[in-house]
Amino acid sequence: MGHGGGGALSAELIQDVFAPAYGNPVLAAMGDSAVLHLGGARLAFSTDSYVVRPLFFPGGSLGDLAVNGTVNDLAMSGARPAYLSAAFVLEEGVELTVVDRIARAMGAAAEAAGVTVATGDTKVVEAGHGDGVYVTTAGVGVVPEGVDIRPQRARPGDAVIVSGPIGLHGVAIMSVREGLEFGVEIASDTAPLGDLVAAMLAVTPDIHVLRDPTRGGLGASLNEIARASGIGVRLRERALPVPEAVANACGFLGLDPLYVANEGRLVAFVPPTEAEAVLEAMRAHPQGGGAVLIGECVADHPGMVVVATGLGGTRVVDLPLGEQLPRIC
Amino acid sequence: MKYIDEFNDPGLARRLLDEIRATVTRPWALMEVCGGQTHSIIRHGIDQLLPEEVELIHGPGCPVCVTPLEVIDKALAIAARPDVIFCSFGDMLRVPGTDRDLFRVKGEGGDVRVVYSPLDALRLARQHPDRQVVFFAIGFETTAPANAMAVHQARRLGLDNFSLLVSHVRVPPAIEAIMTAPACRVQGFLAAGHVCSVMGTAEYPDLAERHRVPIVVTGFEPLDILEGIRRAVHQLERGEHRVDNAYPRAVREAGNPAALSMLEEVFEVADRAWRGIGRIPASGWRLSDAYRAYDAEHRFDVGGIRTEEPAVCRAGEVLQGLIKPTECSAFGTTCTPRTPLGATMVSSEGACAAYYLYRRMTGQASPGAPAPQGSRIPQEEMNPVG
Repeated sequence: MGHGGGGALSAELIQDVFAPAYGNPVLAAMGDSAVLHLGGARLAFSTDSYVVRPLFFPGGSLGDLAVNGTVNDLAMSGARPAYLSAAFVLEEGVELTVVDRIARAMGAAAEAAGVTVATGDTKVVEAGHGDGVYVTTAGVGVVPEGVDIRPQRARPGDAVIVSGPIGLHGVAIMSVREGLEFGVEIASDTAPLGDLVAAMLAVTPDIHVLRDPTRGGLGASLNEIARASGIGVRLRERALPVPEAVANACGFLGLDPLYVANEGRLVAFVPPTEAEAVLEAMRAHPQGGGAVLIGECVADHPGMVVVATGLGGTRVVDLPLGEQLPRIC
Repeated sequence: MKYIDEFNDPGLARRLLDEIRATVTRPWALMEVCGGQTHSIIRHGIDQLLPEEVELIHGPGCPVCVTPLEVIDKALAIAARPDVIFCSFGDMLRVPGTDRDLFRVKGEGGDVRVVYSPLDALRLARQHPDRQVVFFAIGFETTAPANAMAVHQARRLGLDNFSLLVSHVRVPPAIEAIMTAPACRVQGFLAAGHVCSVMGTAEYPDLAERHRVPIVVTGFEPLDILEGIRRAVHQLERGEHRVDNAYPRAVREAGNPAALSMLEEVFEVADRAWRGIGRIPASGWRLSDAYRAYDAEHRFDVGGIRTEEPAVCRAGEVLQGLIKPTECSAFGTTCTPRTPLGATMVSSEGACAAYYLYRRMTGQASPGAPAPQGSRIPQEEMNPVG
């Protein structure tokens, strides 16, 4: 299971198995989506499989994730998401009403994200050989002229901005999956970010890096960027937007909110001269109302993410190995 | 939770640090007993902020770390049985036994489930009367009462498909063992607040008196820890050695009477082996005669499993505060969270893992390719509950 956790084990699976099997310069860029030169245009192209349990949770469903996840992967290269495919693997015996709810959720999410589901496929596997419903979506979008957003482009001095509160999706899933009550219902933050990215690009096309911190959370995303560009990241713990409910849940379970999944957030690396204007544009957008500056890129400790703690000490935020596991006490 | 924010207040922290600085006149070595305190100290960078005269030694209070390899091997043998649903707290899943861990057993088809409470395991036993449900009962005095309650309930409900694999340990005998070790450097203790909230403080005055060490009952938030350190240093500077409760919002002298009577009924004190330390007399619990039928070790006949600890791992010395994790030649090289030689590197509360995760400011980050496009399974922060 650790190999699907978005941490170091996932990265190794890619490096040791997939890259040697069909490695090429496009794949080697290792972005959330590939940027292709096709017919004079630059296309962002991305695919993703969705296997969440439960299928429906506070704030969304498998259908929402399947659309928003791929839309967001496209948006993280600066692209305007345009078309999606949707492939279903259904387990024998799954209720049609469940499939219908997921399909409707996908339709509504696609409309909200301004994308068209243009092609699809369905397969059914025998009972016991699946987990109800799996959905795979792929998507394409056009990258505007003059935009070059890649994890390798982070530079010392860049401002590190996150678009809103972190950890909501992971805690929402945990609360329903484990039957844990955290006092208030916590809803997933699943949302499409294409429009927010467009608003940011309208301020400056020179955004260096965008990432949606899904599996492995903000901690994993920042580590990937630090390693890809050979810079250090320094965060201020007190600036991290951790909602009270997430902090409480993580405190209870012994988890670190930095490693908890998000589905409607982005982290942006922007030149320091543009930071204020980008923040302002983000805060004026519904998906970026809670945007905050959480730190900056530094030339020290290349490839590492460090947090300045609230008390004045420091600690390293490493790439998580696999899943975070709740602590005993 | 504003209540918690107050225990992270940087202004108050500075005041406490200033007072510690103003008080200290010579080097002192304090041991924080509990792994949760170690985690908090490293996570908040508290040890970096203290005057250099105050050294913190990380104690043996991580329940995952001190669970013997032999017990892990017994757990693996039971969990691999097709008739068993094996329930555990999450952080035990990655602790390596001799040749695998519970994750591997799960991957090979074993029904291993992460639960948050032994009562969850009890519920599974009621839901699956045709399966044997085993709960891995590890931990200190903090977790023992709930485990006792679970087995008490099982007997009351007549659930004969529920049992415990017990590896419970007690703090005071460990303090005794540390203080009587020839190379002991500890001059004062921050006692574990959660343990004392159950047990009270009655067991500590005798230890403080005989070994002439201050013992300060301490909580887990940054200010709790700084206050514990402040009080311990204060005593040391004055040549005192008392038990002092710096965590009164959770700890009463008499402890929690209901929890204590449950422990009394279900468990009896027994000698226990500690990983890396060895056998400590009267340092743990086993199920009492009245509850022996619920002992998974007997029920599944794994009592004969005998395992030696790997010689290269110095976790035992780390757990006793004899060396810092970084003084072990395997630290960060052959021993990492990926390839842990001992449990202090596996558990997030282990001193070695805490140092590895939060303190590697020198050298490069561990190798790893940029992560791939994300599939969305939100499992990374979850337990792979089957």
